[in-house]
Amino acid sequence: MNYKIISICVLAFLLNSCGETISPVESSYETKILYLGNGTEPKDLDPHTVTGVPESKILMALIEGLVIRHPDGLEPLPGMAKSWDISADGKEYIFYIREALWSNGDAVTAYDFVYAWNRVLMPTLGSKYPDMLYDVVNAEEFNKGLIDDFSLVGVKALDAKTLKVNLRNPAPYFIELLAHYTTRPVHKATIEKYGTMDSLGNQWTRPGNFVGNGPFTLEDWKLNQVIRVKKSPTYWDANRVKLNEIHFLPIDNVTREDFMFRSGRIHVTGSVPTEKIEVYREEYPDQITITPYYGTYYYRININKKPLDSKLVRQALSLSIDREKITTKVAKGGQLPAFSFTPPDPNSYFPPTTLEYDPEKAKELLETAGYSPETLPTIELLYNTSEGHQKIAEAMQQMWKETLGVDIILTNTDWKVYLSKQTTGDYEIARAGWIGDYQDPKSFLDMMVSGRGNNQTGWSNEDYDNLLIKAANSTTQKERFSYMYEAEKILMDELPIIPIYTYTRIFMKHESVEGWNPNLLDSHAYQYISIKDK
Amino acid sequence: MLNLILRRIGIAIPVLLTVITLTFLMVHSAPGGPFDEEKAVSAEVLAKLNERYNLDQPLTTQYFDYLSGVLVGDFGPSFRYPGRSVTELISIGLPITFELALYSILFALCIGVIAGVLGALRPNTALDYIPMSTAMIGICIPSIILGPVLILIFGIWLEWVPVSGWGYMPGDKILPIITLGTAYAAYCARLTRGGMLEILNQDFIRTARAKGLSETRVVVVHALRGGLTPVIAFLGPAMAGLLAGSFVVETIFGIPGLGRFYVEAAFNRDYTMILGSSIFFSFLIVTFNLLSDLVAAALNPKLRD
Repeated sequence: MNYKIISICVLAFLLNSCGETISPVESSYETKILYLGNGTEPKDLDPHTVTGVPESKILMALIEGLVIRHPDGLEPLPGMAKSWDISADGKEYIFYIREALWSNGDAVTAYDFVYAWNRVLMPTLGSKYPDMLYDVVNAEEFNKGLIDDFSLVGVKALDAKTLKVNLRNPAPYFIELLAHYTTRPVHKATIEKYGTMDSLGNQWTRPGNFVGNGPFTLEDWKLNQVIRVKKSPTYWDANRVKLNEIHFLPIDNVTREDFMFRSGRIHVTGSVPTEKIEVYREEYPDQITITPYYGTYYYRININKKPLDSKLVRQALSLSIDREKITTKVAKGGQLPAFSFTPPDPNSYFPPTTLEYDPEKAKELLETAGYSPETLPTIELLYNTSEGHQKIAEAMQQMWKETLGVDIILTNTDWKVYLSKQTTGDYEIARAGWIGDYQDPKSFLDMMVSGRGNNQTGWSNEDYDNLLIKAANSTTQKERFSYMYEAEKILMDELPIIPIYTYTRIFMKHESVEGWNPNLLDSHAYQYISIKDK
Repeated sequence: MLNLILRRIGIAIPVLLTVITLTFLMVHSAPGGPFDEEKAVSAEVLAKLNERYNLDQPLTTQYFDYLSGVLVGDFGPSFRYPGRSVTELISIGLPITFELALYSILFALCIGVIAGVLGALRPNTALDYIPMSTAMIGICIPSIILGPVLILIFGIWLEWVPVSGWGYMPGDKILPIITLGTAYAAYCARLTRGGMLEILNQDFIRTARAKGLSETRVVVVHALRGGLTPVIAFLGPAMAGLLAGSFVVETIFGIPGLGRFYVEAAFNRDYTMILGSSIFFSFLIVTFNLLSDLVAAALNPKLRD
């Protein structure tokens, strides 16, 4: 009899625990809380030291810069700066700071920006994005320790509400940079309450300590569980904010994220499992979104290794890739065969080149280079362990073998080994991907300038470097793009990198979410997002 | 008894020291460092970071610095989470992992003991075969398969329970506990059945029945006490195994426990966190094995010498 009682108790406990639970997404019609799948757990929430996409999504809710990214991906909108003037030569910017408050009630001033930019550029802070501000006079020199006096750097507060910025070259993309989290202000008194201007691991980013000026305030940060932000009553445009809270859930596993979306735990996912894309496109066309993304999937070539030192061999490799087949049969996520290195932007810069598929020409080039299938050495292809990268690597292995007769060895390693092999030049061909930090070809083309940290190919071309310098000194966008166009042509002729496809963002979105408009940077200012009524 | 404890502690110290040394050497010999990122960090910044985290010192200096820190309970700062110490991360993850392990072992005991007793009472009948075969399957299915299957059935199709989290929504603890506890429930069932079968054939049980005691009283009061000895001996290693092995279940269900921090630290080359959690897990395993030996010694006087 006793066992029966125990069994009934256990069963009752289990059933009781199930209870009548309404899913968070279902209840959000009332609560107006947005639940987001947000990739890996953020390292920190300090805009001046972090680098990741998950961090950037949270910082968008907490801290606002001089401008805000447009919800439709167009020109940035005024943020902390209500307006600005640009001098005729494009080198001097005057920003007029609006009446806005920090979450503790202090006024946001031009001094906050000077302090923040000083902090980012402090060599001792170890910021990973100081180059975002290198267009400012003497910023690079200060960051590299060549000068010690910050007053020589071209950013000044003329008074509490006027900020003057002097650039070393006209930079038509400068306003776009100001939406990036690295250039956002921080609250000086808070930073200095918990450390010094340049102390790493400053505790100011903890809930309770955090002072921001964005549409939301930081309420709770449970590691590996949730970061909860709440509508800020002190935000200058608080009337526009329709959401009461946003919960950022760290979900680093795409299958779990899919389960969570299907069971109503999150409104928007970060990605969709590759094998589900086709199914969801048929069954839930309203919920799956596939939009172009400002990123390129490419293969990096170490040009210090034979036979890859030969331009003709690199061209032959590129000509043997059927990119259409890779995107439709292998990647299968609506990706676009790559045009060039810079992804095409229909509203702005459209890269000039096209990358052909021509096996016959590839064979000819290989022969001209003095190689035959018999004399070509084996080439190693490196990628970080992932099913998706492996499928593409296998397809490439097959295409190159069929067309050129070259034997490719596939090597996969974990992320950190993969990164370190590229930094030290210990690879032949490596899979790579790059997402633009801001919507401008500079975000891609600058990377291949001689000696840049992310070049990593050993490639160096004086003409290319000079064209980018000319582009930096151009006063009009048209002139600037024409130099970039030429530079990109050189890059696509030399091919130290072989672009494969332009990324797409693929995600699931619940029907209740409104205002989540697709844009190239996949950037969504939360004051424009709402949850509809039932 | 005191002798046994002292002897075990005497062995535990060199074991822990070996774990620290081997882990230290392994993490430092693995290619890639904690500050390698997709956006290449400039040499100046890298030098600053290395200096800050003491990585610019020779390896032997780093090793002895680390050891002297550990002696006073300082496991150093985490490299992955600036501003957080390894001790803080362990103190965030441990209670959750411990709770998960504890509930799982309770679940395992409830299910395992009931199934084992039923099997032993009706040996070689359906009541024996069905639970024991299920137990065998339970032992064989790894949690990496059981977890997603349970999620799909009970979370997605039937919508009875949440599919992930820990204490975030009511009922979200059920599936992880079942997933982690099932294999251990199966072991408990088989151990209970074996123990009970042996005891039920003893003379004192026959005497109890002859005295006219009810079957329930015979089983619960007289037989279970002896029949459960193998299960109790199994609990110590099981608890250690559950704590150290919970990372798979934590990953499947997104539980913010210590196991997840551990795996994440390995991928991120978070040197201090890898070392800290390795030491901590080793300490737990040594402690639980010691506890289990002590309980066994208390139950069986022969083991005390």
